[in-house]
Amino acid sequence: MENTYKPYLMRIERAIDEAPGVKTFRLAFANDDDRARFSFKTGQFGEYSVFGEGESTFCIASSPTRDGYIECTFRQAGRVTSALARKEEGDTIGFRGPYGNIFPIEAWTGKNLLFVAGGIALPPLRSVIWNALDLRSNFKDITVLYGARSVADLVYKQELDEWGKRSDMKLVTTVDPGGETADWKGSVGFVPAVLEKMAPSPENTIAIVCGPPVMIKYTFPVLEKFNFTPDQIFTTLENRMKCGVGKCGRCTVGPVYVCKDGPVFTYRQLQSLPAEY
Amino acid sequence: MTSTTYTLTHDNLNALLRALVAAGKQLHAPQRVGPKVFFKPVNDAATIVFDYVQTAESPKSLLFPKAEFLVSYRQNSEGMVVTDHLQKEIPEMILFGSRPCDAAALSRFVQFFADGHADAMVTQRRRALTIISMSCIASDPACFCTSCGSSPGDTTGSDLLLTPISNGRYLVDVVTEKGQSLVAANEALFEQAPTIVKDSYLATVEAVFTPEEITKRLATSFNDPIWKNASLRCIGCGACAYVCPTCSCFTIEDEGNDRTGDRLRCWDSCAFALFTVHTTGHNPRPTQTERWRQRVMHKFSYLPETNHFLGCVGCGRCSRACPADMNLKEQIIAIAELLPAIG
Ligand code: SF4
Ligand code: SF4
Ligand code: FES
Repeated sequence: MENTYKPYLMRIERAIDEAPGVKTFRLAFANDDDRARFSFKTGQFGEYSVFGEGESTFCIASSPTRDGYIECTFRQAGRVTSALARKEEGDTIGFRGPYGNIFPIEAWTGKNLLFVAGGIALPPLRSVIWNALDLRSNFKDITVLYGARSVADLVYKQELDEWGKRSDMKLVTTVDPGGETADWKGSVGFVPAVLEKMAPSPENTIAIVCGPPVMIKYTFPVLEKFNFTPDQIFTTLENRMKCGVGKCGRCTVGPVYVCKDGPVFTYRQLQSLPAEY
Repeated sequence: MTSTTYTLTHDNLNALLRALVAAGKQLHAPQRVGPKVFFKPVNDAATIVFDYVQTAESPKSLLFPKAEFLVSYRQNSEGMVVTDHLQKEIPEMILFGSRPCDAAALSRFVQFFADGHADAMVTQRRRALTIISMSCIASDPACFCTSCGSSPGDTTGSDLLLTPISNGRYLVDVVTEKGQSLVAANEALFEQAPTIVKDSYLATVEAVFTPEEITKRLATSFNDPIWKNASLRCIGCGACAYVCPTCSCFTIEDEGNDRTGDRLRCWDSCAFALFTVHTTGHNPRPTQTERWRQRVMHKFSYLPETNHFLGCVGCGRCSRACPADMNLKEQIIAIAELLPAIG
């Protein structure tokens, strides 16, 4: 039997400053066998570690269609993420995973995809967005609505430029009122309000929503107003995690383990769970 | 297994335990420490205690130590090297004197760790462990095994179960192959027994509820006001989880510096305020009310739903250990009375 808790060693190939306190690392397997053995699907997460500091949980923010590396985006907030933020290109960190369930994008073939993201919650959606764009012909319209507090807080700025220029998808960016700069060309307004103006059609569409709790709270009713059913709406849950494999007991929401039964849930599934997240 | 039974005299039991120690097996058995009894490693079988209702702590630490190494890391000239602590050969361990409820609890514990993403450490240790339990001839008011699917003579989870009968002798239930080979290897000590019905020798523990009834009532109780009152006395010390044979929550922490150190897993508890707190400061279980509800719901509602067993065997340890006199048995009886019966 294998020791679940033994991490892969990963070399930081690239470190990108995304926004104040937010970084992206591109991680390559230090060991070729590990690289060959590893695979994941969009929606999954892992435990990233700085030796001597501990482990921290984030999603895999890159698409499984991009081979040979994984990326993670994190905000410096606690002990481990602060230690991670001090790491530089060429440094080694630990990673174990992938854990958790997936966004069922194979079942979404032939559908329109509507992504709605807020703030630092774009990373899990970025994995699905690239996954869908890399398999572009499998899907119909792809729309991304992304909002942050201010222009500075938007992550993946370079990719947003790239997505904005593509003719095979629609990108709407917005910042909260007061968060705009003089040369800001996107919308101004909270994500749910901007979504309401977009008047999305539920016809043959899957909505994937990730964001801070308050954004989620006001976004679901907008989608329902436009007749999206709770089965058409997907999101991810976050809870404190340690093991990632359904054993440490920390991430539970009622009978459900976010690490093992999630992190991807439909709005219908959320409706049957107590609000312990 | 065929249900061959044997008898064993007290002297021969001591001889058996001495033989096991002499054969190099690690024997863990009840020992008195101050006024309480604990499972401790034993070198001299004469120090084993027999007159206790229940040990203060459960024997789960044999499978799941309070703290254990998951991996160690060391930076050398080539880079970081991570090693794990999975041993090829684990020394053979004997647990002697566990109560039937403990053995039943350990079997649920092992199943929990084996299900899904199997835990190598727990699984490996159970393989190296032989469990010789002792039936209960006495109980105390905290006991409620018969309400939780176990009983004073339950063989579940034991390899051998001994029941004290008359004239300083024990009736031996051989429960598993492992138990059988232990008897076979020490055959001279055992006597083949005619069918002796052990029930008359066992303690009587009255059933006060049924697991099915509680699980059903809890299914719709999440928002019930009972949790507030029920939890008022709880100070969130975690003692209940510490002594419990089925509680398995843990944390993972690093010890060391950035060049060399260890990653450990250590017992944790859902009773602690920090257990679920997010980095943002948000806590999905902000008060002791939500935490106590989690403890009860996890054991009596969620585990039956997800793993098909009750997360409690009614050993009563949590009630004996609680500094605030939270009594689980009374709490569950109150729940049974207060919550509406469904279906
Ligand atoms: S919850 Fe209490 S009574 Fe039940 S198994 Fe744990 S310690 Fe024993
Ligand atoms: S032992 Fe008692 S006071 Fe301590 S956490 Fe458990 S129920 Fe609460
Ligand atoms: S993170 Fe340990 S059980 Fe989910």
